[in-house]
Amino acid sequence: MIIFKDVCKTYYMGDEVVHALDHANIHIKQGEFVSIIGPSGSGKSTLMNIMGCLDVATSGEYYLDNLPIERYSEKQLAKIRNQKIGFIFQSFNLISTMTAEENVELPLIYQGVGMAERKRRVKEALEMVDLYSRRGHTPNQMSGGQQQRVAIARAMASKPSLYLADEPTGNLDSATGKQIMSIFKELNKQGNTIVLITHDDSVACQAQRSIRIKDGKVSDIEFDKDQQDKNGKDNDPDKSDDGSDSADPKPSEEVRMRGGAYA
Amino acid sequence: MIYQSIKMAIKSILSNKMRSFLTMLGVIIGVFSLVVLVSLVSGASGKITGAINELGTDQIDVYVNDTDAKGISYNELITDIKGLSSIENVAPQSYSVGICMSRNESERSIVFGTTPTLPLVTNVKLEAGRFIMNPDMDNHSNVVVVSHELAVDVIGRADVVGESLRINGREYTIIGVTEKQSNPMMALLMGTNYRAYVPFTTMARAFPNGSMEVTSFIASPVDGDFATAEADLKDYMLKRFNNDEEAFEVYNESTISDQMGTITGALSLLFGGIAGISLLVGGIGIMNIMLVSVTERTREIGIRKAIGAQPRVIMLQFLIEAIVLSLMGCLIGIGFSWVTMQLINIIGKVNFGLSAGVIIVAVAFSTGVGVIFGLYPARKAARMRPIDALRYN
Repeated sequence: MIIFKDVCKTYYMGDEVVHALDHANIHIKQGEFVSIIGPSGSGKSTLMNIMGCLDVATSGEYYLDNLPIERYSEKQLAKIRNQKIGFIFQSFNLISTMTAEENVELPLIYQGVGMAERKRRVKEALEMVDLYSRRGHTPNQMSGGQQQRVAIARAMASKPSLYLADEPTGNLDSATGKQIMSIFKELNKQGNTIVLITHDDSVACQAQRSIRIKDGKVSDIEFDKDQQDKNGKDNDPDKSDDGSDSADPKPSEEVRMRGGAYA
Repeated sequence: MIYQSIKMAIKSILSNKMRSFLTMLGVIIGVFSLVVLVSLVSGASGKITGAINELGTDQIDVYVNDTDAKGISYNELITDIKGLSSIENVAPQSYSVGICMSRNESERSIVFGTTPTLPLVTNVKLEAGRFIMNPDMDNHSNVVVVSHELAVDVIGRADVVGESLRINGREYTIIGVTEKQSNPMMALLMGTNYRAYVPFTTMARAFPNGSMEVTSFIASPVDGDFATAEADLKDYMLKRFNNDEEAFEVYNESTISDQMGTITGALSLLFGGIAGISLLVGGIGIMNIMLVSVTERTREIGIRKAIGAQPRVIMLQFLIEAIVLSLMGCLIGIGFSWVTMQLINIIGKVNFGLSAGVIIVAVAFSTGVGVIFGLYPARKAARMRPIDALRYN
C-alpha cells in the first residue's frame, strides 16, 4: 500500500543542508491505522508532504498503491491526490467562501463526477459525520470540531485509498478531539487505511502502530493493542515487496524496532 | 468544469463588490467611450451619406468651366452626348437664384433650368402635380415646379398646384410640388431647402445669366455601369475641348460618398483607437487586481491543489474570473452608452442607435483584454507549489 524505500529529502537553507528525511523506510499495509509521531522539526511534515504527493523526495522510492510516485509530473500527482488521498489538516483548510456542501463537493468536481452522483456522495459523507443539517453553513459559521468533520467528509466523499491526517486534533479541545478520533476509528473499522501525524502520544497510541520520527530518521513502533480486537481482518500480504516487512502482520512484542534508521 | 469555474468566478467577484466595480471601471469607461464615440460618428455619417444618396448617387455630374471656348449647346447635349453608347439619359441643369414672391412672403431660392428628363437622371420626386414636359420646353412656358418647403414658406401651404408665383418679378404657374425633404442634413449640404425648377428654354430667356449653352448637366449610365459612362464622358469632353483637362469636371457622386465613408472610417478608427487605449489601461487594472487576488487566495489555491485540482483547472478558474470581470465591465459600459445615446437623441432631436459593429468590437476587445491581462496572474496561480501555497498565511 505505502512503501518508502530509502527516501531522503534535503533542503538548502542558505549554505546549510537540512536532511528533513534521512533514508526513511516505511511500509504501511492496506487497512492499517498508523500514527506518525515526532517532535516539531523532526521531519513529520516533510514525511506527510511526500506521502500525500504534495512534494517529491530528493532520492529514494515511494510507492503508493504500487505507483512509483517520484516518476510522475505535477499534473499526474494532482490526479493521484484527487483520487487516492484524503487530506485532513490541523487547520481544517476548508475554503472559507464556500458552504460545507460545496467544500465536500469540490474534490468530486475535480474528479469529474456527474451532478447527481456528486449530490448523493456529498449527502452520504455529510451524514456520516452528522453534519448534513448544516450543509449550507460556511466554515466561519461552524465550530472547530464541525469544520474538521466537514474536512473529513470532504476526504470521504472522494473515496480515497489513504486518509492522511496532519495533527487533526491539534486545534481542538480534548473532548472534540476524541470525537474526531472516534470518526477515524470508525473509518478504519470500515477497512480504510489511515495515517495520522501527531506530536501527541495520547493521540498516537490510539492507532494500531506508530512510526516515530526524529531528526529525519524513522523508527517503527508497534503497540500491542488488545483494545483493537476489531481489526480481525487480515492485511494485504501482496504488497510486502520491500523485504523490510515481516510476513506476520501482528507481532507479539510490545514495541519492536523495524526498518527505519540507518545512521 | 467551465460552468463551475464561471460560477466560482461570479461568486468571487460578487464577494468583493466595491473592489470588483473599481476594477471594472477602467473597462467600463473604455467601452463607454468606444461605443458612444463610434456610434456618434457612424450615426452622423449615416445621416450625411443618406443626404448624399438623396441628392442621387446614381448619376454623373458634368460641369463646364471654360467659357472662352465654344460651350456645349443644348442640341449637342441631347444628340451627341446622349448618343454615347454608355449613356442612358441626360438632363441639363442650369443654376440661378431667384426671389420667389407670393402676395405676402418672399424668399431667395435656387432655380434650376432643366428638361423633362431630370427625374430620370436624378432624385426628384413629386408629391403633387407634374414635372416639366416637352410642350413647356417648346413654348418657353412660364411654369415652375417648387419644393415643398418653398411652397410652405412662401405661400403658406403645400397644395399650390395651379397657383401663381412671381420669380424675379415674372409670373409663373406652379405645375408641381416636390416631396418634403426628410433628411435634415440635406439643407446643410445645399445651404437651403428652397428649390424651383423651370424649363431650360424659359431660363435661357428669362434669367439674366440664362443662355442655351449648357454649363452643367447630369447623366445616367446604361445598366449602372458608372466606370464606362464616366470614361466615355471624359473622352468625349477631352476631344470636345482639345484635350484641355481644366475645361470641365466630371463627378460621380458615389465617389463623394466613398470619400465620405473613408473620412468617417478614419474618424471611427481614431476614436476607437483612443477608446482602445483606455480599455488597455482598464486591462492593466484587471491584471493588478487579479495579482492581488491570487496572492490573497494563495491558501485557497493550495487547498484546491491538495485535493486534486490540476494546474490547468486553477489557471482556468483565474482566467475565467478575469474574463468575467472584463465582460461585466463591458456590459455595464454598453448599458451606460445606451442610456447616453438615448439622452443625446432626446436632447439633440436625432435618432442615433448603438452601432452593432462597435458592440461586437467592444465585447471582443474586452474578452481579449480579460484573456491577455488574466493570463499572467492565472499562470502564476497555476504554477504555485501546493506545499508552499498551503503554508502561506
